[in-house]
Amino acid sequence: MTKRQLLMKRYIFPVALAFSLIVGSVSANAAEGGGLLHAGTNVQDQASLQRGARLFFNYCVGCHSLKYMRYSRIAQDLGLSEQEVMQNLNFTGARFDDPVISHMPAELATKWFGKAPPDLSLEVSAKTADWVYTYLNSFYLDPHSPIGWNNTVLPNAAMPFPLWELQGLQTAQMKPAKVGEDPAVEKLVLSQPGKLTPAQFQQATRDLTNFLEYASEPAALERHHYGIWVLLFLAFFTLLAAMLKKEYWKDVH
Amino acid sequence: MANEVVDHGRRRFLTATTAVVGGIGIVSAAVPFIKSWEPSARAKAAGAPVTQSLAKIEAGQMLAVSWRSLPVFVVNRTPAQLATLPEVDSRLVDPKSNGASAGQQPKYAQNEARSIKPEWLVVVGICTHLGCVPNFVPEIKPEPFDPNWKGGFYCPCHHSRYDLAGRVFSGVPAPKNLEVPPYHFVDDTTIQIGVDPKEAG
Amino acid sequence: MANVFTNIGDWVTERAPGMMPMYRAHMTEYYAPKNFNLWYYFGSLALLVLVNQIVTGIFLTMNYNPSAAGAFDSVQYIMRDVEWGWLIRYMHSTGASLFFVVVFLHMFRGIMYGSYKRPRELVWLLGMLIFLVLMAEAFMGYVLPWGNMSFWGAKVIVSLFGTIPVIGSTLVEWIMGDFLPADATLNRFFALHVIALPIVLLLLVVLHIAALHEVGSNNPDGVEIKKGPKGNRWDALKPSDGIPFHPYYTVKDLVGVGFFLLIAAFIIFFAPTFGGWFLEHDNSIMANNLVTPAEIKPVWYFTPFYAIVRMIPSFAGTAVWGVLAMFGAIAVLFLLPWFDRGKVKSIRYRGTGYKVALGLFVLSFFGLGAVGAGITAEVIPEWFGNVDLTTYENAFGRLMTLIYFGFFAFLWAYTHFGWEKTKPVPERVTTHD
Repeated sequence: MTKRQLLMKRYIFPVALAFSLIVGSVSANAAEGGGLLHAGTNVQDQASLQRGARLFFNYCVGCHSLKYMRYSRIAQDLGLSEQEVMQNLNFTGARFDDPVISHMPAELATKWFGKAPPDLSLEVSAKTADWVYTYLNSFYLDPHSPIGWNNTVLPNAAMPFPLWELQGLQTAQMKPAKVGEDPAVEKLVLSQPGKLTPAQFQQATRDLTNFLEYASEPAALERHHYGIWVLLFLAFFTLLAAMLKKEYWKDVH
Repeated sequence: MANEVVDHGRRRFLTATTAVVGGIGIVSAAVPFIKSWEPSARAKAAGAPVTQSLAKIEAGQMLAVSWRSLPVFVVNRTPAQLATLPEVDSRLVDPKSNGASAGQQPKYAQNEARSIKPEWLVVVGICTHLGCVPNFVPEIKPEPFDPNWKGGFYCPCHHSRYDLAGRVFSGVPAPKNLEVPPYHFVDDTTIQIGVDPKEAG
Repeated sequence: MANVFTNIGDWVTERAPGMMPMYRAHMTEYYAPKNFNLWYYFGSLALLVLVNQIVTGIFLTMNYNPSAAGAFDSVQYIMRDVEWGWLIRYMHSTGASLFFVVVFLHMFRGIMYGSYKRPRELVWLLGMLIFLVLMAEAFMGYVLPWGNMSFWGAKVIVSLFGTIPVIGSTLVEWIMGDFLPADATLNRFFALHVIALPIVLLLLVVLHIAALHEVGSNNPDGVEIKKGPKGNRWDALKPSDGIPFHPYYTVKDLVGVGFFLLIAAFIIFFAPTFGGWFLEHDNSIMANNLVTPAEIKPVWYFTPFYAIVRMIPSFAGTAVWGVLAMFGAIAVLFLLPWFDRGKVKSIRYRGTGYKVALGLFVLSFFGLGAVGAGITAEVIPEWFGNVDLTTYENAFGRLMTLIYFGFFAFLWAYTHFGWEKTKPVPERVTTHD
């Protein structure tokens, strides 16, 4: 064997194997949780984050907080000025450095919905982006529900659908009922179109999911930024170490 | 084989290069750990600029405002008090604030009254000696610590004295004038502490 | 410059004459076999990860708040508000998982090449103690972020002690200091995690290495280099097949460190949760004593042992058997040097029966891991359709448990009754390059 082949055999192959195992296990795990739509989010897409933030602050913050997220951090990470954030996103009169806290008092919320709307800071970390995206696309009108809405991903969720103006109204087509089984939803149909086309609505919910994914882990932006340089440096160091090892081991062979 | 001649030059070069690159790696890896001791976003948020209305501070009165956990004294000086400032110049360490105390105030407060508007004094109420909070003693009358007192600040810890512009008297332990924080007037009766006038504009 | 170093060296030597000889004995004049392969990187890598855990751990304690009310928030504070806090936390969480990857491989190397055999039984026992303390350390560390998995993981693991007849329930309350994992539990786990166990761990690591250097390292051929011919290019009296640890293995380990850091950095910067394996989704929800996560399962490195608990049914009115079996699974590893009566160390020269048995043992370890991690619960319905999951899962899991313990029983019989047909072991170590 030539030295190059030797190097391949001894170092590169095992590492390549380890990497393929890593990537394989990650994607294998991501594939679980059947029936979820693919969110297709990308936290590096700043324009998408900005659109998602606008949606969040127009439709969600009325009930849901992001208690671990500061307005100032959102401004910094999304490339917005203090003025833009304070005028377009902050409707509660909070200070620029304050976290995003919904105006809804918890007791009132509990009275209206049965339970307080959860904080969404870590929603994507807890449920995955695919789950949130699918959830946002799976609301339907349900006359049997006390709030008039239901959701196929989280049945009997105590949450009305704030984006219905955009999506339109979905209704459920039930599976043929079998004896002894609960009725199940076969599929959802758009019975009344909204302001957005289905494709536009999917993009809007993708943006919103993307913003929540960012809010779950703002450090993701930094991670990707520094990661590549760290890997390049380590590759260079490893190469040097390999050359040094080869030089010293001339004594041994 | 083992009898092969060792290329000491190459060996030394590779050892040195690997050591240097590894050293750079270790130093770079230490940077995030060192930086983690800097004030966090929460600490910075708590230290954010403070806006204070001046409407209720009457002439000759002082208000202590907390900014970055520091007491900031805001004094509404009367014309009589302002008139005392030049009188004490000869007894001060650095009356023009251009010597030892050159760094104790922003450029826009480096004047006789050490302020943007003469009547409004804004200083950090921390003695420049060892960090105690001086008392505000505004009356122009003989005091036990100074028979010739023209009004100012008196530190109870080690008897340092400052005049009504926060300028330190000579012969006391404190070396420098009281620090003037960055501040600006939002409008005639409101100041914001922590932001320079330029940045605010 | 060089002169200054010499002077400082002389100054120290004059006052501590034992330092240089100790350095030589463990570095420049510690003769290790020259035929180490890839598997021999994991010892030094384990040491590297230990250092990483200690350094990052110290910095995490600076901002972590060990209270039921503040722990979860303080982790998010580290992740968002502390400068570079996210990197320090990911280094620690990734390091925890990689610690087990490295230690599992290190242990497998020991089994494969018979490094536990005479005269290295003490090295193996100390190593097993390290493994035991490491598991306790990892478990307590896992509780600290006070997510919902932390909480329920703590509850389930502590409840294992509740299966002990008579004293069980009292013992559980004593461990938790409450009736559920609470402030008191979190505080004592924090104290143990950051002070007590690391000290024990460090002491054991020193003893492990000291014991190793007494007898010298084994190697992929399982040949005792000290019994071979003497004389090498550095020393006429030292083993011919030995080379000084420093510089030869220090520079070689440096290459291993480089590759390892590449993998670690890839995970830290691009996949820190590792798809929910290293940092679990349900731990992003704060501890809630009223809601158990849908899939309650331990972190991946505990899954094989946890599966054994589930696979043993209760008997005679107590569930203690499963717990005993789980601890038994670790205890048999301690006793490995005495189960294996074979004279040949390395798998290279051992009988086919051993090779097959070891392969099955590894398989059972992964199989049990799959049961413990809930992979079988997902795969079985997919492959077999609408079947009784518990029956299928128990059948598989019990088979794997049987193989796991069977390995040790087989190994004893195989070597004790002389059934093993070994290949001749060479006089000297072999090198393939």
